[in-house]
Amino acid sequence: MSDEFVTITNLDAHYGDFQALYGVDMHIDRGEVVAVIGANGAGKSTLLRSISGLMPNGSGQIKFKDADISGLRADEIAHLGLALVPEGRQLFPSLSVEENLIIGGRLQRPGPWNLESVYALFPILAERRNSPSTALSGGQQQMVAIGRALMANPDLIMFDEISLGLAPIVIGEIYSAIPDVIGQGVSAIIVEQDISKALSISSRVYCLQEGRVALEGNSDTITREAISQAYFGV
Amino acid sequence: MDWVNAIIQGTLLGGLYALFAAGLSLIFGVMRLVNIAHGDLIVFSAYVCLTITTSLGIHPLVALVLVVPIMAAIGYGLQRGLLNKTLGTDILPPLLITFGLSVIIQNTLLQVYTADPQKLSAGDLEIASIKVGSLAVGMLPLLTFAIAVAVIASLQYMFYKTALGRALRAVSDNQEIAQLMGLDKRHIFGIAMALALAVTAVAGVLLGIRTSFDPSVGGGRLIFGFEAVIIGGLGNIWGTLAGGVILGVAQTIGAKIDPGWQILAGHIAFLVVLAVRPNGLFPRMSA
Ligand SMILES: Nc1ncnc2c1ncn2[C@@H]1O[C@H](COP(=O)(O)OP(=O)(O)O)[C@@H](O)[C@H]1O
Ligand SMILES: [Mg+2]
Repeated sequence: MSDEFVTITNLDAHYGDFQALYGVDMHIDRGEVVAVIGANGAGKSTLLRSISGLMPNGSGQIKFKDADISGLRADEIAHLGLALVPEGRQLFPSLSVEENLIIGGRLQRPGPWNLESVYALFPILAERRNSPSTALSGGQQQMVAIGRALMANPDLIMFDEISLGLAPIVIGEIYSAIPDVIGQGVSAIIVEQDISKALSISSRVYCLQEGRVALEGNSDTITREAISQAYFGV
Repeated sequence: MDWVNAIIQGTLLGGLYALFAAGLSLIFGVMRLVNIAHGDLIVFSAYVCLTITTSLGIHPLVALVLVVPIMAAIGYGLQRGLLNKTLGTDILPPLLITFGLSVIIQNTLLQVYTADPQKLSAGDLEIASIKVGSLAVGMLPLLTFAIAVAVIASLQYMFYKTALGRALRAVSDNQEIAQLMGLDKRHIFGIAMALALAVTAVAGVLLGIRTSFDPSVGGGRLIFGFEAVIIGGLGNIWGTLAGGVILGVAQTIGAKIDPGWQILAGHIAFLVVLAVRPNGLFPRMSA
């Protein structure tokens, strides 16, 4: 057994004729938090969709806990302990707040997260538990989306631009909860446009540019120059 | 008094139409599939019941304990083996496939049972009635309506109060994200079709007790079911019952004016609702 928890090898992804990822290589170690940054359209969401099984993958391209998951369906991968907080939150509109959380925990994987601990993390959700998820503010919806992923007690949790469209004060509130979330030994991939947020919370960072890994490094030693070079390719 | 009678008869008839509609509505709600073969599956259920009652010599309502699970199993198999493969972003393939299925079912029934009209014999139940004031209300229509209410109340409960209902709503809302919750949509769709055909089984048996049927009558039941769904509003389970009742009352009032107008009056009521409230009277889902 290697220490590599997730290993991505030469990953391609296509939308019809359009190729969105080109030979991406990446690894996440056990308990590690990795940031993925890149301009709009660089392929960050596509990368997370591929890992979760929402995009078809070629054999051997994605390994999770030493098993090749490239050929599995998304629901099978969810059983293995992988959860996604999707871009744009994507709550179930016809489910209440609490139902959204419950369905996140329907696989009943053992672990620290349950309704009680999610409500302790985001107390406002306990007050709004019976509201339709559509009645919540953007920040509260994001808390539901995070709580829904936590309810699965995942071994790997992936966040796709959780600060998108939220007011700075709300972003601060949500990010202050993140250490609690990933402090429990889970690994995490954080996709974020806000580079300083991404660097401060992660130990390593990958920068995607037009579907390719343009830069990889330690979050505390990587330079601004290298990042802007990798971001814009200039 | 005749008019009151017509309205009561129409209301009770609406229960049957609601049963035609419920399965259709459930399938559309969960997987956006318009099942053209729905009416033929209703008739098919009546024939399944006919075979069971004649070979076992049991009452058609007792035979429901067999017809319902048989139809549910057929529904699950049909969904997993055929219909799941037609579902995608394009809505045309499921329409074409279920249309083909409709033709296949009709012709198979013709081969096996011939075109002779058949009827399910329910004995005394068919003629029993109770007096309400000066009106005689038939036991069978009353029972049909009560069963429709019970079926719809159960569906409502299942949808909004159980884990299965939560899963069905989640898949209906967002198939991709539902899969991330570990839900296998192919299985969930199979369950939805099984439920729909279980309701269809009840509808088919009650239809077969009420009137004679032959392999060609499925299309008409499909239309009534559609109209009840649209009048009631897509995705609203109780709205389906309201839609069935409105359709039933329109038909009996039409028939009261002139016996030839029964079906036409139903279609007119449908068109009026569609023109005034294109989303139906009680729309619910933001589909
Ligand atoms: N459903 C889709 N169909 C076609 N192209 C898509 C689709 N989703 C994303 N793309 C394209 O794939 C590329 C990567 O998109 P995405 O992964 O969403 O980028 P990011 O998350 O980094 O902004 C973009 O060029 C985008 O236009
Ligand atoms: Mg994105």
